[in-house]
Amino acid sequence: MSRSRLLDIRAARRLFTTPEGKSFAALDGVDLAVDEGEFVTLLGPSGCGKTTLLRAIAGFEELDEGVIRLDGADLSGLPPHRRPVNTVFQSYALFPHMSVARNVGYALEVQGAPRAEREAEVAAALEKVGLAGLGTRRPAQLSGGQRQRVALARAIVAKPRLLLLDEPLSALDRNLRQQMQFELKDLQHRLGIAFVFVTHDQEEALTMSDRIVVLRAGKVEQAAPPREIYRHPKTRFVAEFIGETNLLPARVEGISGAQALLSLPGGQSLQAEAAGLEPGRTVTAVLRPTDITLGTGDLAGTLLRADFMGADRHLRVALEGGPEISVIARDTAVLPQPGTRLHLGCDPALVHVMEEPT
Amino acid sequence: MTHRDRLHLWGLLGPVTLFLGVFFLIPLLTIALYSILTPGLYGGVEWAFYHWNYGRIFGWADGIDEVFEPVYLQILARSLGLALTTVLLCLAICYPVAFWVAWLPQRWRMLFLFLIALPFFASLIVRLYAWLLILKPSGLLNTVLLATGLISEPLDLLYTPSAVVLGMVYIFLPFMFLPLFAAIDTLDAALIEASADLGAKPWQTFLKVIFPMTLPGVVAGSVIVFIPAVGNFIVPDILGGAKGLMTGNLIEQQFLSSRNWPFGSALAMVVMAVVLGALTIFATRAKKAGGAA
Repeated sequence: MSRSRLLDIRAARRLFTTPEGKSFAALDGVDLAVDEGEFVTLLGPSGCGKTTLLRAIAGFEELDEGVIRLDGADLSGLPPHRRPVNTVFQSYALFPHMSVARNVGYALEVQGAPRAEREAEVAAALEKVGLAGLGTRRPAQLSGGQRQRVALARAIVAKPRLLLLDEPLSALDRNLRQQMQFELKDLQHRLGIAFVFVTHDQEEALTMSDRIVVLRAGKVEQAAPPREIYRHPKTRFVAEFIGETNLLPARVEGISGAQALLSLPGGQSLQAEAAGLEPGRTVTAVLRPTDITLGTGDLAGTLLRADFMGADRHLRVALEGGPEISVIARDTAVLPQPGTRLHLGCDPALVHVMEEPT
Repeated sequence: MTHRDRLHLWGLLGPVTLFLGVFFLIPLLTIALYSILTPGLYGGVEWAFYHWNYGRIFGWADGIDEVFEPVYLQILARSLGLALTTVLLCLAICYPVAFWVAWLPQRWRMLFLFLIALPFFASLIVRLYAWLLILKPSGLLNTVLLATGLISEPLDLLYTPSAVVLGMVYIFLPFMFLPLFAAIDTLDAALIEASADLGAKPWQTFLKVIFPMTLPGVVAGSVIVFIPAVGNFIVPDILGGAKGLMTGNLIEQQFLSSRNWPFGSALAMVVMAVVLGALTIFATRAKKAGGAA
């Protein structure tokens, strides 16, 4: 399935001045491309520039350098109200003096759409977000989750080319958030509108996105589909930001066929896939705690502690002569007492090797 | 309700009731009573019912039904017109300024709010006499205009209706500014962005979001300015000269120089009724506008 390019951002730079008079780049040469119908997530810690980038697309921030193109047309200098994108704000920003229906129909109202058409579109949009029949209420009479849906309905009613979502789920409680993640993804599929979704929650990003763009200090660290971001992080920052991980300094000792042999600081060794590795290089081995098997394997260590986490147990293991690592095991697994020696291993296919030394 | 509860309730309500009774209700009832008593020949009152106090206001001279001359109603209408003009001008000046101040950095905002409150440190009379010195034929304004050659002879600025409007707007500006500023300052900037984001042109955002959301401040400011503006007599007195008689001056004259307390009381009651009526209409309309928006 090849999709055409919708949004194209090149070398975006945006400088801010702190109250102390220092200037820093909230966006420092960011490239971003979004295809039609794609769900792209901007992920990063607070202050990484993800919200600034979103506001630049919406037109609330002008770039100091770089260009934003939508459907090939340069957006620079175009005020927000003339851009064919709509935003779901973090605070929802619903108009408190208007009914839910008037909130949802606002984009059509300001376009001057006839009343009958407006009412039909509003009803359809409310239906899509599961709020049919609540049009006469005021935003203040709704729950947080319902307000979130109203904000969503309001942003899709005018059928934007691109929907921008600024941490829209951050105010919801955990259960509702998970439910909304699936609903949002589902809605995006049905509407076929491209979404650019901003979040600092890596779990949310992994669940919903077609592609994740990890930002750090105004720069793109990595842009790839969720699976690749999780399995093959390019940098230490990405590896640590996405899910829990063990980063082990290692040296490539030798290559035999498709297998590489890595040596760890304590003298133990680990097998990994050889693709692209050269002997003698200092690298970082990335081991996800869930990929480590207990009981069998080449690595030896001492169990330090085991913490109950519901379905899983979180273990800390000190590798012999080397670093401590985290292991996540099913709670039903039979575990030795803390202080006991045990063996662990990892499927070489699941060991990711980063060129970057630790 | 037990005896104890009742005692408790009265303990809470008592002081307020007493305060309002002594300082509001009793004076008001006294005025209401005076307004239907006969004015004494040399000031004071005679304890006899007399309806011509009101008759005079509505246009009939004492006891002579045939002569209809609604001069007092004309003065009242002029006062209401002046108060309304004052409200509208204050609103037109304060609304944009309040926006500007709300967007200033914190430091400058505090300074500006202090400047708004600064005139209260000087006496109202002194400040109005300052305007008199500015506006009079040999005053500051005319001197400057003559010196720059913009005019060849002094302008007649003082003792004109414009001078009265100027003075009124000047003294009531802070009363309009503060409630407006409070409403505009608490306006959520995200709502303005949301409106633009949804395609509203700037004037649509103003009419559909900004103005309705700041309407409570507009209503509060207008009421706070309108009520004292109707009865104000100091500004017309100092800046308006003899031609610009307002209801406030009229009432003041009845109580002081004319010593006709019953007629003054009747005038005060009518002004109060008119103001209350105007405010009721205003409040219900504003509420409807706010509710429909």
